[in-house]
Amino acid sequence: MAKAALTDVSITIDDGEFVGLIGHTGSGKSTLIQHFNGLLLPTKGRVFVDGVDLTNRETKLRMIRQKVGMVFQYPEHQLFGETILEDVGFGPRNMGLSEAEVITRVKDALALVGFDYEAVKDRSPFELSGGQRRRVAIAGVLAMRPSVLILDEPTAGLDPEGREEILDEIKALHHKWGITVILVTHSMEDVARLVDRIVVMEKGTIALDGTPVEVFREVERLEAMGLGVPQITELMHELKKHGLHVNTDILSVEQAEEEIIRVLELRDHGNV
Amino acid sequence: MKQPLIRFEDVNFVYRKSTLEEPEIQQEWLALQNINLDINEGEFVAVLGHNGSGKSTLAKHSNALLLPSSGRVVVGGLDTQDGERVWEIRQMVGMVFQNPDNQLVATTVEEDVAFGPENLGIPSKEIQARVEESLAAVGMLDYRLHSPHQLSGGQKQRVAIAGMISMRPKCIVLDEPTAMLDPEGRREVMETIHRLNKEEGITIMHITHHMDEVIDADRVVVMADGKIALQGSPRDVFTNVETLRKLHLDVPQVTALGERLRRRGYDLPQGILTVNEMVMHLCPSE
Repeated sequence: MAKAALTDVSITIDDGEFVGLIGHTGSGKSTLIQHFNGLLLPTKGRVFVDGVDLTNRETKLRMIRQKVGMVFQYPEHQLFGETILEDVGFGPRNMGLSEAEVITRVKDALALVGFDYEAVKDRSPFELSGGQRRRVAIAGVLAMRPSVLILDEPTAGLDPEGREEILDEIKALHHKWGITVILVTHSMEDVARLVDRIVVMEKGTIALDGTPVEVFREVERLEAMGLGVPQITELMHELKKHGLHVNTDILSVEQAEEEIIRVLELRDHGNV
Repeated sequence: MKQPLIRFEDVNFVYRKSTLEEPEIQQEWLALQNINLDINEGEFVAVLGHNGSGKSTLAKHSNALLLPSSGRVVVGGLDTQDGERVWEIRQMVGMVFQNPDNQLVATTVEEDVAFGPENLGIPSKEIQARVEESLAAVGMLDYRLHSPHQLSGGQKQRVAIAGMISMRPKCIVLDEPTAMLDPEGRREVMETIHRLNKEEGITIMHITHHMDEVIDADRVVVMADGKIALQGSPRDVFTNVETLRKLHLDVPQVTALGERLRRRGYDLPQGILTVNEMVMHLCPSE
C-alpha cells in the first residue's frame, strides 16, 4: 500500500535563515530534509536549490550535495578514518581537489568546530569523547564548504555539556559565516533559543510556519500533535489561565522573570 | 535493621586511559571515589551526572559487570567479588542499556524475552508464562510475534526491559535508556519503569542526564568526578541550582525562574519543580 510521506508541501527557505524543523516521529520531517539535497526526489512537484531544479534529469545531484550538507543522526557512527585528517578530508578529496586544498579545507573545517588541526590531525577519531566525535563528523560535512547545513537532531544522546558545545558551534557557524542552517530537533527549548523561524510538520504536511513566538502561541495545536512548548512558555499560559494577566509571548527564563515581576508589582499595588 | 538491596561500601574504581594530547601515556583515572550508597528495596533512585561523572561506572558495579578496585558492593547479601555468585547477582539486578538496537538478539519479540529464562534452565511451560507476564507488564504483549527491527526505539527498550523482568529481578538498573529515544519513546519508557516500581515493587536505579526524568524519583543521586556530589529528594537536590549549574547540569526552567524570583525578593519556596507548583504560588487565590 502506497502512503504519501509528504503531501502538497510548499516551502521557501531564504539564504542565511536559521530554521528549526519540528514534528513527531513519522511526521515527514526526515523525508522533507532528504528532498533538500536530492537524496529523495519528489513523486510529484519540484524542488529548487539556488534556482536549480533537482527533478531535472540534467541536474548533477553531486554538486547539489556539496552545496547542501547533511549531518545525519549520530553522525559519529559514520566516522571511519584512521586519522581525523583522513576522515574530515574524505569529502574534499572525493571532490577531486588538490592535496593542498584538501588540507586547507580540513584545517578550516576543524577550526569551525573548535579543534586545532595540528593537535588532532593524526589522532584517531575514536579516542575522542562523544561530543567531540560528533564535532569531527560535522567538520567532515563543513569541509565540503556547503552553503546550507542540515542537521538531523545533532544533540541526540549527548549530555547537557556536549549539547551546549554543539549548539554553540552551530550558532557560531550561522552568525559568523552566514551559513543557512536547518535544524531538526525534538527540543522545544533549543529551537526557542536558537532559530528565527520554526516549521512544524504533521502527517506529511506543514502545519505551522512562523517565528518562535508565533508558533509557540499555538499551545493547544502543538499539544494535539504530540508536541509541546518550552516549559517556561507553558508556565506563562497557565498563569494567564489562572488569572495572572501576563503576556504569554515568552521564550526564555529571563523574559519570564521580568514579565512576572512587572505583573506582580501591578497586582500588589492594587491596579489589576 | 533491614538490609539494603544494594550497598556500596567505600568503593573506589581505577581505570587506565590515555588522553587526546598524550595518547602514549596511560593515565590512571579514579572513576569512582569513596562511594557509600545504599539502594533500598522498592526505591526509585535516579542517578544524574554528565558524561564522565562516573554514573555508568557506578551502574555497572551494581551487578558485577565491574568490580571495585577497593571497597565492596553487596547485592542482596552477596559480595560482587564472589565469582561463584555472579549469576545469582545478575539475576537479582538486571541491566538495560542506552542503545535500543544493541540489546535485542532474537528474531521475534517473544523469543527475545524468553532468552534469559531459557538460559536459567527454566521449564518451557513456565517460560511461556513468564514471557506473557513480562510483555504484558511493559505493554508489549500485542507485539510478541513481531520482529524487533519493526519496533520503534521506545518499544525496543520496553522489550529489553521485559527481557529483564522475565528473570524476575529485584532491581532493574537502566543506563541512560532514553538517551537515544524521541519524546514519545522517552515517555513510554519512563511510564513503564514507574509502573514496574509502583505495581510490581521492582527497585529501579535510573541513570540519566534528563532533568525532567528525575523529578518523580524517590531519591536523586548526583555524580560528579567520580563522587557523590549531592543526594536527596528531588526537591532537596534542585534547591542547589548553582551547584547543579557548576556541574554542567540543567535545572528545569521553572526551577531556574523560581530561583531568580527569590533573588529579586519574592517569597517563594526553594526547589519548585513543576509548572503547577509555580502557578499555585503565584496565583494563590486559585
